[in-house]
Amino acid sequence: MTAVMLDLVVQGGKATIPDVGVFAVAAAIILAGAIGVVVARNPVHSALMLVMTLFGVAVMFVLQQANFLAAVQVIVYAGAIVVLFLFVIMFLGVDKEEDIAKEPLRGQRALAVALVALGTTGLLLLGQVSKWTTGQPHVAGSDSGAPNVNLLGKSLYTTYLFPFEATSALLIIAVVGAVVLARRPPATSNAAEARPAEADAPGAPPSGAPGSEVDA
Amino acid sequence: MSISASWYLALSVVLFAIGALGVLVRRNVLIMFMCVELMLNAANLAFVSFARTLHDIGGQVLVFFVLVVAAAEVVVGLGIVVAIFRRRASANADDLHLMKG
Repeated sequence: MTAVMLDLVVQGGKATIPDVGVFAVAAAIILAGAIGVVVARNPVHSALMLVMTLFGVAVMFVLQQANFLAAVQVIVYAGAIVVLFLFVIMFLGVDKEEDIAKEPLRGQRALAVALVALGTTGLLLLGQVSKWTTGQPHVAGSDSGAPNVNLLGKSLYTTYLFPFEATSALLIIAVVGAVVLARRPPATSNAAEARPAEADAPGAPPSGAPGSEVDA
Repeated sequence: MSISASWYLALSVVLFAIGALGVLVRRNVLIMFMCVELMLNAANLAFVSFARTLHDIGGQVLVFFVLVVAAAEVVVGLGIVVAIFRRRASANADDLHLMKG
């Protein structure tokens, strides 16, 4: 029985039993974490389950010799993105239990499950019957299956140099956008602060332009 | 040396399906965001296993870009959530049916 399963899993008889074991454990961690994200009532628990899934995916990356990406996955996702999520959850104070037994739209969940099951089955079937490759492989260099950060870096700074620079512009835009979005709307803050500021110092800086309109 | 790529792809499909289900079913905007992250991770997993199967490092480079775009998306999205929350103290997607604040 175990031998049959190993034959199924192993490609060309080259996979070792530790490989299969690591894959099974990491897959279990990924799926448990993903289900936990969806069913957890408390958003904080969802975020922690998300960390679990992300670590599982990092293990999968290591298993496929993508060591650099595994490190980036842990640093960027678990280190930055999930912390940002947790910060916003705490900041907004929405870390309360949520009643998920109630279904606001009748039949929505059944419809969602049916649609997702249909899509999943279709994808799995498509993976069985279709050929994966289209066009010419090796555009960016050959991934020999060994861990090679050198090739990744070379490809990133030669073939994909322009997209790489474009991502820097994207990050700048995201930072500016986040600052603009998180800023307090100037009209309301001026209206709230104009009166005390004017009462204290009549010659105060022109922060009360909208506020004076409110006064008039 | 390695597990067959089909297993990674099947895992990726299942992970994507769970993420899509979460976006469709949950009401909390933050949890919907996390489910989008699950779907992005499923795509990353598929990219890496294709990169190994087809011997093309481009898949790994693309995962790198997906990570950058995901970071930018989360920053802007959470900024929007904070801005909405300032107007109306609710993280429920059902309450957000108006473009007007």
